[in-house]
This record gives sequence, structure tokens and C-alpha cells, in this order.
Amino acid sequence: MTTLLTGVRPPRGFTGNAWTRFAARRLARLLISVWVLVTAAFLMIHLIPGDPVRVALGPTASPELVEARRAALGLDQPLWLQYVHYLGGLFSGDTGTSVGTGLPVSEVIADRLPATLELAGYAFLIAVVVSVPVGVGMAVLTRRGRRRKTELAFTSTSVVLGAVPEFLLAVGLVYVFGVQLGWVPVAGRSGLGSYVLPVLALAVGPAAVLARLLRVETLSVLEADYIRTARAKRLPDRIVYFRHALPNALTATITVGGLLLSAMVAGTVLVENVFAWPGLGTTIVESIIAKDYPLVQGIVLVYGTAVLLVNLAVDVALALLDPRSTIKES
Amino acid sequence: MTSPAKSTWAGVLRTPVGAGAAGLLAAVLLLAVLAPLLWSDQASAVDTGRILEGPSGEHWMGTDGLGRDIFFRVLVATGLSVGLALLATAVGVGAGLLLGTAPMLLGRRAGRLVTAVVNIAVAFPGLLLALFFAVVFGVGATGAVLAIGFALAPAFARLAQTLVAKVAGLDYVAAARIAGLGRLRLLVRHVLPNIAEPLVVNATIAAGAALLTFSGLSFLGLGVQAPLYDWGRLLGDGLSSLYVHPAAALAPGTAVVVAGLAFNLFGEAIAKGIGMRTTPVLLRPRVRSAPAARPAVTGEQEPVLAVDDLRVAFPGSTPVRGVSFALRRGEAVGIVGESGSGKTLTALALAQLIEEPGEVSADRLDFLGRPLLDLPARERRHLLGTSFAMVFQDPMTSFNPTQRIGRQLAEVSEQHDGLTRGQALDRAVDRLQAVRVPAAARRAKQFPHEFSGGMRQRAMIGMGMMGAPALIVADEPTTALDVTVQRQVLRLLDSVRTADDVALLLISHDITVVRQFCERVLVMYAGRIVEDLPAADLPARARHPYTRALLAAVPDMSTDRERPLAVIPGRPVDPADVPRGCAFAARCPLADEQCTSADPPLVPDEDGRRVACWHADAVTGLPLVAEEVRVGE
Ligand code: SF4
Repeated sequence: MTTLLTGVRPPRGFTGNAWTRFAARRLARLLISVWVLVTAAFLMIHLIPGDPVRVALGPTASPELVEARRAALGLDQPLWLQYVHYLGGLFSGDTGTSVGTGLPVSEVIADRLPATLELAGYAFLIAVVVSVPVGVGMAVLTRRGRRRKTELAFTSTSVVLGAVPEFLLAVGLVYVFGVQLGWVPVAGRSGLGSYVLPVLALAVGPAAVLARLLRVETLSVLEADYIRTARAKRLPDRIVYFRHALPNALTATITVGGLLLSAMVAGTVLVENVFAWPGLGTTIVESIIAKDYPLVQGIVLVYGTAVLLVNLAVDVALALLDPRSTIKES
Repeated sequence: MTSPAKSTWAGVLRTPVGAGAAGLLAAVLLLAVLAPLLWSDQASAVDTGRILEGPSGEHWMGTDGLGRDIFFRVLVATGLSVGLALLATAVGVGAGLLLGTAPMLLGRRAGRLVTAVVNIAVAFPGLLLALFFAVVFGVGATGAVLAIGFALAPAFARLAQTLVAKVAGLDYVAAARIAGLGRLRLLVRHVLPNIAEPLVVNATIAAGAALLTFSGLSFLGLGVQAPLYDWGRLLGDGLSSLYVHPAAALAPGTAVVVAGLAFNLFGEAIAKGIGMRTTPVLLRPRVRSAPAARPAVTGEQEPVLAVDDLRVAFPGSTPVRGVSFALRRGEAVGIVGESGSGKTLTALALAQLIEEPGEVSADRLDFLGRPLLDLPARERRHLLGTSFAMVFQDPMTSFNPTQRIGRQLAEVSEQHDGLTRGQALDRAVDRLQAVRVPAAARRAKQFPHEFSGGMRQRAMIGMGMMGAPALIVADEPTTALDVTVQRQVLRLLDSVRTADDVALLLISHDITVVRQFCERVLVMYAGRIVEDLPAADLPARARHPYTRALLAAVPDMSTDRERPLAVIPGRPVDPADVPRGCAFAARCPLADEQCTSADPPLVPDEDGRRVACWHADAVTGLPLVAEEVRVGE
């Protein structure tokens, strides 16, 4: 027994390398977060005041039916056993069965997830591709109080665009481009045209916020001593801006960009419902209203995992970009 | 007397954005209270004869599917929309405060657990948390209030934690704790009042977010249920008839945006008012000044640097007003003066690093015999890039934190000498060795934060030696360093100078340093050189009262350590407001009528020493300051 315990000591080289330590620490945090997420999804049903089956079936259902459904869902077992079964099921890829359709939850998710991923992916891509050049460009153009009017126009536009929630923007877009101009389809997912409005609705806000942030960050970075050093080295402007300024301006931007991306994951729920997009967002709302709890649980896990992965990506990107951040935490 | 906090709030209200946001918010809140009382009946009056009508005199925004007036419905919905959002915010702030102060109330261990959970929850976007809680609390208004409230809670918990941690460190809180005040009373009496302001500001912003999220939930059909209605509900109902009747969806949508903005803008305005109290920059009239004296340089050898009547102007001020001097090969010249004397700007101007809106002008600014101000940009860049080295004040911030030291040195040679990446890196390692950075090859691969301050400054000097410098301009190179390291860095500069016959321009506020490492000293005051003399002449032969005052302010071995340092009485001149006559007159014990009416020119004597003072000859006999202070080794 004692030999076994002493053998558990962490390997020596482990403490030597900042990167290994960073990876280990970050992995541990991810695992803990996933565990909290899974437990929360499990507990969700049990937190519902009263009997979830009774709530789902309505007051008119017979007690026998309720009992039968409880048994079918395993709700008649002790809580800890249900927990064990739930975890075991997840490990073997079994996320339960949708009450409404009788299909395995995993199947429903596999069917709906790609549409949502596409939406969020394109939207984020567009937000980044637009905001980086605009933000950096505006910083360079409006440095030290130059072009006050441009700055004012840019700031107020981006503040307003950033403040309009995506589903209202979606409604506005539908009205202008669908109803008034009739340029693009306003519902469903068929053909390239149907992507335009939902992607725009999701992308505009984050693009505005990111562009404004990048401008501010770049402005402060351009005043930094090391930019003066780069100038003193007589490097061309191109190198000063892209090799010395941009990486430093990106750290805060990536942090906020990560938050925006997670918020975008949530935003898809609303936007999908405006455009009747056949993704997870429409499904989760339907299943919440229909009290299809296993399906809700499954989708909550997917959204939650997506957010955790985004956060992981942000931390890795920060570590790559700013060597101090890996050290700072330890 | 108003407290500073109050005056801030009042100040915010006086700004156009703050006043606008406050007015908008007041209108929204007023409407939320009054509209349901006044117009509920009109809003719910069903008129089956006029279903889905467009705007008309009777119904400004038309009617909905049951013929109800949309305009009144949107107005009345203000009550529920705003009310529920505020309720949800209250739940969120309350729950957040409980969670956030848990570490303080529950003790370390339980507190840490709560903190960990909060940290994980905070990572999830509010809407997802709201959806989660909407499942738990059920579909409907109550469920949505709780859902949004709990969704806001982690963010407020995090905020409260940070604020509490800050306040808990304050002296009087510690004192109260030692005095045996219970945790709860400590919290309520001493901590909460101190964090109330930022909490309220954030709650205001959060209320805006809650309003938007709430309408989102209602829009999805998860919030307010018929027959009740809020904006989100109206929007959801209106969306289906968007083609026939756009106002039914656009009107509540606009209302949500406007109300959300009102909360948001007001909160942001207050936050800005508290956070950064910047006084607006007052533009002062431009100062015209008399032309400066010509330099007294004899042309025995071509100077590395020849400056004549250098000026640096910014809108509203001219902080450098006609500086003239020359530097020979291998010569070490120091510029001394208080901060604000224009010495750093002079250095930046020489290096062509003054940026807009600053402007540099000079009758002559020759570097290695070539006029910098007239040189084509390419040539100037190459000339300065290879022969002109800068060492800045703070080595901590002067390196790019995201790049390896070696790379940062190497890019100089890549850029200007056309070396490949590998060759340039080899040269960087070689240069690091030359400035005595130990294990240079390994060190070159490290990031700036892995270097100590002194080492970084040496690397900075090495960076200047990547080319073949003819001049090193070092601007307060040791001010940011430990005393022990200061000497090393100065000695390194000195050895580089003597070894390679490099001219050194050392800028410092410390006249003893300059005296020790330089052959000649330029004393600057209010953007001008007031005295130019050999270092060996200090202190005894200094003629300008300002130079003598600087010398007198230097502490030495005989100075009583307990006594405060001698300082020069009076304040330095504001470059935006330079007085007539001698700029030093207000602080000068010898000032008289002549001094305040005419500016003394910088005149050379037969030995080439220059001084700008009407009474320079009267000074030398006087003691340095009222009481004798020796300046010695
Ligand atoms: S000119 Fe007059 S005021 Fe100026 S330093 Fe000389 S004595 Fe003092």
C-alpha cells in the first residue's frame, strides 16, 4: 500500500516546463468544468419543483401513466443511482431518448447541430475579418485626436450596432431585405441566399464591438514604449503595425472575442427562431415548451461544451500570443 | 458641500451624453409606471372589425390580429417589460451579492468552493444560463424573472468578490475586524457602503441587458405568457404578420432597443464619470519667442551632429525653443534639467521620433554631415537605422513583450543590412555578448520578461550596436534601474563610446551622473540651453543660477540624511505659458528688472563656454545656495 502511494508522486520533469504546466492546469480546469456542466444538466430535471413527469404530462394524465413514464425514465431509482446511470450513459454515448419523437437524443442533435455550427462559424469569421482591419485602420487614422468627425461617426455607429440585440437586428433585416427589398429568403435553410440574413444578424453586433475594442487597444499599444523602440529601429510602418502593434493589441481582443463567440453560440438560439432555421436553437425552444427533458438536457450539454471549448481555445491563443500569460497564472 | 461622489454624478448629468441618457431613462421609467394605469383599456379593446389594419388616424400604428391598437399596446407593455427586467436585476444583484460575499461570510474553505463554482458559471453566456433556469423554473413570467436573475448572479458575484477583496484590504476595515466586529456587521456597515457605487452602476447596465434578454425569452415563447404581454411577446406575435403589417413587430422592437439603450448609456456615462476624471485640455495661445543664440562651434573636425535653432512645437505650446549645439566623434555630452525642461523632447527630435501633432523645425539638423530634415525618407531611414542608436528610459516597457529578445535585435540588421534571418540572429547573439549578457545564445531565445532590468537595458544598448552607430542617444538610461545596476549600465555605455569612437548624448536629471560620464554638460531650462560648459568646470565655475541651483540640490555624503532633500524653490515653467524675459526669473535669487523684461541670449566666452544670464559674471563668487552644500566624490 505504501509503495503504491509513494508511486503517485508527480513525475519530476513535470514542474520544469512552463508549457507542460500550463497544459496540465488548463486540462484539469476543462475536466472540472465539464463535470460541473454534466452534473448541472443532470440536476436540472431534479431541480424542477414538483414531479417533472407530472409537469410534462399535465394534470390530466392518469397516475399509472405517470408511474410508467417515471419508471421508463429511471426516475423511480435513488438519486445517486440515477446519477451513476446518467454518467455511464454519457460515457457510452447514450444521451437518452427524446420523449416527443422517440428518437435517440444523440441522433436529433447530430441532425441539427451542423446547421447551428455553420451559422455561428460563418458569423464569427465575418465578424473577425471585418473588425480587425476596420479597428486597426481606425486607430491609425484617428490617432492623437486626428479626424475627430470620422472618429465620432465610427464610435457612435459601432456603439449603436453593438447594442442592438441580434434577434431585433434579425427582425429589422427581415423587414428591410426580405419584406421591403425582397432580395433574399427570410426563412429556412436552403441555398446560399438563406444564409445571408441570419449570418449578418449574428455578425454585425460582435463585429462592431470588436472593431471598437481593437481601435482602443491599438491606440493604447501605439503609445507604448516598445512601439517607440520599433520606430527608433526605423522599421517600415507595415512591420511596426503588424509585427509589433497587432499582437499586443490582440490579447484583450481575443479575450473579448471569446466572450462574443460564446455569446454568439447563445445568440443562435434567438436568430434561428426568427428565421425558422433548422438548428439546435429552434429544437431547444420547442423541447423546452414541450417539456421534452432528455432532449433539453442533451442540447444544454452541447451548448455548454461549445462554450467550454471556446474558452479553451481563447486561453491557448493567449498563451501562444503572450508568453507572459502562461507564467502569470502559476 | 457635496461629496466627491455626488459631484461626479452631477458632473455626468452635465455632459450631453449623460444628460440625454438620464432624460431617456427617466422617460422610460415614467412611462413604465403611468402607461398601464392610463391606457390599459385602450390597449386591450378588441375590435374584430379592424383586424391587422395599417396606420390610420385612429390607430397610429395600426391594429393587431384581434384589432387591438398596437401603439397603446406597446406603451402599456413598457410597464411589464421594464418592471420584470428590474425585478430580474434585483434577483441577480441579490443572489450575486450573497455568492460574492460568501468567501467573507463563510470563511476560507466554503468560500473557495463558491468562488470556484462562480468562476465556472461566469464563463457561460447569460442567455444560456437563462435557458437552463427557464427549464428549472418553468415557462412563464416568474420562471423568466428567476432565470434571468440567476443568470446575472455569477457576473455580480464575481464583481462583488473583486470589490470586497479590494475594500477588505483597507486599513479601517482591518481595524474594525481587529476590534472584533462580527463578519456580517463588518460587511453591512463597512464593506457594502464602499462598494455600493460600482454595484449600482453595474446594476444599471445589467438592467439594460436583462431587458433585452427578457424580451428574447418572451419572444421565444418562454417568458411572459398570454393574455399578459411585454415587448418581446408583442414582437413574437408581430413577426408572423411582418409582411402584412410591419409596425406590429417593428414598434415593440424599437421600444426594446430604446429602453435597453437608456439603461446602458446611463450606466456607461456614470461609469466613465467615476472611472476617468479627465479635465478637458485647454488650448492656450501660441507662444512667440525671441530667436535663440547661434552655436559657438569651431569647425576643426566635422561634427557627428550639428544642431542649430532646433524647435519642437505642439498645438498650443513650444516645449523646445531653439536649441543649438554640436557633438564630435567619441565625445560624451550630457543634457541636464528638471523634468519638463525639454531635454527628452530634444532627444526625440534629434532622433526624428516626434509624432504628429508635434512639429520639429531647425535651421540646421545635420547628422554625419547630412541634413536630416531634407533627406528623402528612404535614405534617412537607412542612415538613422544603421548609425543612430537610442536607449530609452524604461527597459521594462521598451521591449515588445510578445517577441523574443534575439528577434527584436535581429530585425534591425534584417531591415537595414539585408542579412538573412539566421545571419541577423547570429549577429544579435554576438552583440548581446558584446554588451556582456551572459549565455547570450540562450538568452536571445528568451522573452523580455525573463530578463532583469539591467540586463534588458544592456540588450537595448546591444540593439543600438546592431549597425555601426556613430551616435548613441541615451534618455535617462538608468533612472528605472537599481542603484547597483546603474553604474554597470553607465560604464557599459562609456566603454562602447571609447571602444568604437561613438558620440554619446546622455540625458539625465542627475547632474552628478552627467558630470562623471561626460566631457561637456548642457543645462536646459524651459526648452532652451541656459549653460554649456566642460564637466570639469563643475561645480565651482558654473555661472548660471539654475545650474548652481541644480548642483545645490544634489545630496552628498555630508548632507544630513534625515533632512529632506534640498530642492530648487518654485515650479518649472509651463511650456504653454512661458513668461517674458528670462524664463528662470521667477525662481532666481538674482532676478531684477532687466531679467523680467528681456530674455538673456546664450553667449559664448573665449573658451567656448556658453551661458544665458544677464548676471552670469556676478554669480561665480556666490555660494551655491543660501547655505553651503559641498558637492564632492
Ligand atoms: S537672467 Fe536674471 S533671472 Fe535669469 S538667470 Fe540670470 S540672473 Fe536669474
